[in-house]
Amino acid sequence: MTDFVNNRAGGPQVGRNVAKIDAFKLARGEPVYTDDVHPAGMLWAKVLGSPHAHARILDVDAARALALPGVVDVAWHRQVKPILHTRAGQSHPEPSPYDTVIMPDKARHIGDRVAVVVAESLAIAEQALGLIDVKYEVLPALTDMDEALARTDVLVHEVADPRGIAEGGRSNVAARIDKQVGDVSAALKTCDHVVERTYWLPRVQASHIEPHVAIAWLDEDGRLVVRTSTQVPFHLRRILARILELKEADVRVIKPRVGGGFGDKQEMVMEDLVALMALRTKRPVRLEFTRVEELTSARCRHPQRIVMTTGVMNDGTIIANRMNVTADTGAYGSHALTVQGNTGQKVLPMYPCANIHFQVTCLYTNNPISGAFRGYGAPQGCFALESHIDEVAKVLGMDRLELRRKNHIRLGDTDPLSAKLGEGREGLSRVIRSTGLETAIELGCEAIGWTKKRPPSAPHLKRGLGMALAMQGSGIAGVDWGAATVKLNEDGSVNLLVGATDIGQGSDTVLAQMCAQELGISYEKVRVLSSDTDLTPFDVGAYASSTTYVSGGAVVKATQQMRDQLAAVFAEKWACAAGEVVFGDDNVSCGPGKAMTMAELASHALYAAKMQPAATASHMSNESPPPFAAQFADVEVDSGTGEVFLRRFVSAVDCGTPIHPDLVEGQIEGAVSQAIGYALFEEVIVDGAGKVKNPNFLDYKIASALDMPEMVTILVPTVEPSGPYGVKAAGEVPIDGPAPAIVNAICDAVGVRLCRIPATPERVWRQIKEAGE
Amino acid sequence: MKIAVKLNGRNREWEAAPGATLLSVLRDGPQEPRMTSVKRGCETGDCGACTVLLDGQPVNSCVVAAARAHGHAVTTIEGLLGDPLMTMLQAALVEHAAVQCGYCSPGMLVSLYHLLRECRAAGTTPDDHAIREALTGNLCRCTGYVKPVAAAAAVAAALAAMRSTEAGAR
Repeated sequence: MTDFVNNRAGGPQVGRNVAKIDAFKLARGEPVYTDDVHPAGMLWAKVLGSPHAHARILDVDAARALALPGVVDVAWHRQVKPILHTRAGQSHPEPSPYDTVIMPDKARHIGDRVAVVVAESLAIAEQALGLIDVKYEVLPALTDMDEALARTDVLVHEVADPRGIAEGGRSNVAARIDKQVGDVSAALKTCDHVVERTYWLPRVQASHIEPHVAIAWLDEDGRLVVRTSTQVPFHLRRILARILELKEADVRVIKPRVGGGFGDKQEMVMEDLVALMALRTKRPVRLEFTRVEELTSARCRHPQRIVMTTGVMNDGTIIANRMNVTADTGAYGSHALTVQGNTGQKVLPMYPCANIHFQVTCLYTNNPISGAFRGYGAPQGCFALESHIDEVAKVLGMDRLELRRKNHIRLGDTDPLSAKLGEGREGLSRVIRSTGLETAIELGCEAIGWTKKRPPSAPHLKRGLGMALAMQGSGIAGVDWGAATVKLNEDGSVNLLVGATDIGQGSDTVLAQMCAQELGISYEKVRVLSSDTDLTPFDVGAYASSTTYVSGGAVVKATQQMRDQLAAVFAEKWACAAGEVVFGDDNVSCGPGKAMTMAELASHALYAAKMQPAATASHMSNESPPPFAAQFADVEVDSGTGEVFLRRFVSAVDCGTPIHPDLVEGQIEGAVSQAIGYALFEEVIVDGAGKVKNPNFLDYKIASALDMPEMVTILVPTVEPSGPYGVKAAGEVPIDGPAPAIVNAICDAVGVRLCRIPATPERVWRQIKEAGE
Repeated sequence: MKIAVKLNGRNREWEAAPGATLLSVLRDGPQEPRMTSVKRGCETGDCGACTVLLDGQPVNSCVVAAARAHGHAVTTIEGLLGDPLMTMLQAALVEHAAVQCGYCSPGMLVSLYHLLRECRAAGTTPDDHAIREALTGNLCRCTGYVKPVAAAAAVAAALAAMRSTEAGAR
């Protein structure tokens, strides 16, 4: 195994705040996103979405639409071969159920695909939607999880045995989990206290500002090319080839700059449609979602109901923990098993005890589709567990910080749940080999003023402090892997080709820093290409907090291999030992008088030695070391109106060794802003008929600059032995803790427990009123 | 219908459908070159990704009828490249790692450019709250606004320093 931690050749390129390599062109507004470049002859696509939450699509008559000048083609289920698949965008073999076809013969949510039209302009395509005549057989809509569980006479998916549906054709259960360590029921009987509470988590949406957008065309060899705003180009190539019955060799997926993803662009939300229509029309086809479509037909965070049962002794020792999750996957089972699996797997290990029981029932309904969203189930579980720890402390009459300190996971602890719960199958056990959690708690407490709560800023306000602990993973152990190719050019510059997917988080920059570090050159000499399935090697893509830890490992290995080649070329020219060649400061040397610049060596390699210094390496980790976070909120609450004012928010995060501290801070600050919305105001509201009531940014509010509190972000560096340079992940863990920290602070301020978020003024006011009665 | 505008300082004539928005005419073509810095994010005037200057005032071009621009001046980032204040702002965003996915950056830059130009004319320096107010119409899902606000504050401070140097020189 490559020894990452001790490998530090050359000048310091990692650990520095270099200019993000794509930032200038983005700030100049250059045409670098999917929709910024339109191929000649491009057609505009629109999707006719179902007006019914549940209805058979009996017939589609597109004659009137096709008669409209400028309309080129209309497709619907009779014309498209129904090949079952999942749009989840995961590694093969996919853990999500195969419950989806390109064009369904039954609409399962409002907005589900009924027909797709392509036309010479967007306006004509929009007009054509109104000219498509559809005959529906409307079916009863299931929009409540409990009703969906109770009923077997109405099934969202009726297919007898599609691959992977837990109870296909028999019930609306999309996925079930029941895993136990020890014996919780028996252990609870021996505890001094048993505390049980129920928590409710809302449906929220990733709300990347760039909507889903994709353009497909056939190249001069008739191969399908899809340029798309995606997190998973290689998974897309595999899925598209299978469902369109093409050879993978004849599919090329290009990811340009991406305007945010947050998990929502792990899903194949539309690429199959543009590909289908490009193949049908032999012309380029472009489709972009409107914001309404984003909020009705993209993906949401799974709504959940979580029952927490904790057995604890008088001294605060946690003996047993049970988490029972009921979740709503909506119309399709994207990530139904694995998101819910994460709700326990990434959360319960925080407080190791001998008895842990984790149960999931994930249901199909006729609501909007749930799926991947940053945190991937952990924000739900963390809200339940960290709210619950405060409740347990209250029952015990114990300080909530002390209860956490007494029980939280420590260096060397094992995590037995991970062995039972992998990515949809048996996983790998996990031992904590790096943790800065104790330091994070200490620094966070200090920054928030935990022991000296400030007085309210006005007489009608009440002040409260709250905290939460969180952990996540760094990639999926034994599953996520990536590859990198490095190639030296004659001027000493390097092409770094990675399948790893920069979606704005800055992975291209961080990977360039790692490559430069290993070669002893400046990061500015590294030209990064990500990602193009024709040109870059494989990578699973940007999800599960994997890129720096997993793909970074591939970059380090590939660069080391190329460095070894260069050392051999240098050693032969200068008659020295390859093992003694030193790289650094853009130079290569081997003792006095034997030195070349990297450019000279590169030129020598290409023109004298006649060899191309280049290497491709792959990396996978059997570990998924958790980053840790301790997060703290300082709130004021107006008990007369229920309004919550978040004054200060502190995040102390152990992400291993930061490669680019500013970008890590940016990950934390962005995650916290999304989580503040989760805690206080974001909710996709769906009525009893399955209709989204607030599909726009006015009614579905995300945080603006004025909604943000004073933010304090503290990096707590540790050295993770399994990560390149000691890195762990940072992208997801900071989104877990803010909601429970804020709600715990509200409870500290006004004494009421919000078991349901978002903590809107109305909910807080009602709770205060009920408590007073 | 024909629309005559001054786009980034140059007179242009657009052919546009009567209901077309300023965003669609700037961004989608068929007029070339497309102003691709003007981003489509919501089409309801809420996210600010399509912010442009109309006679020097920031507007959400997705909720402005293209016809409204007839006889007026429209300025996008493309027309401000090389402008010293815009260049300072762009450099500050990069230096402060305030550009993540970058999709909201052009809109933010237009709003900040307008704020700092007004402040410079008035001889004032915007505080943190004024910067946040100027940015409140530009939704960003990546940064939590911490680094964009810090970048703008740094430019505001630099402008204030330049002002006092000039005053000292006089």
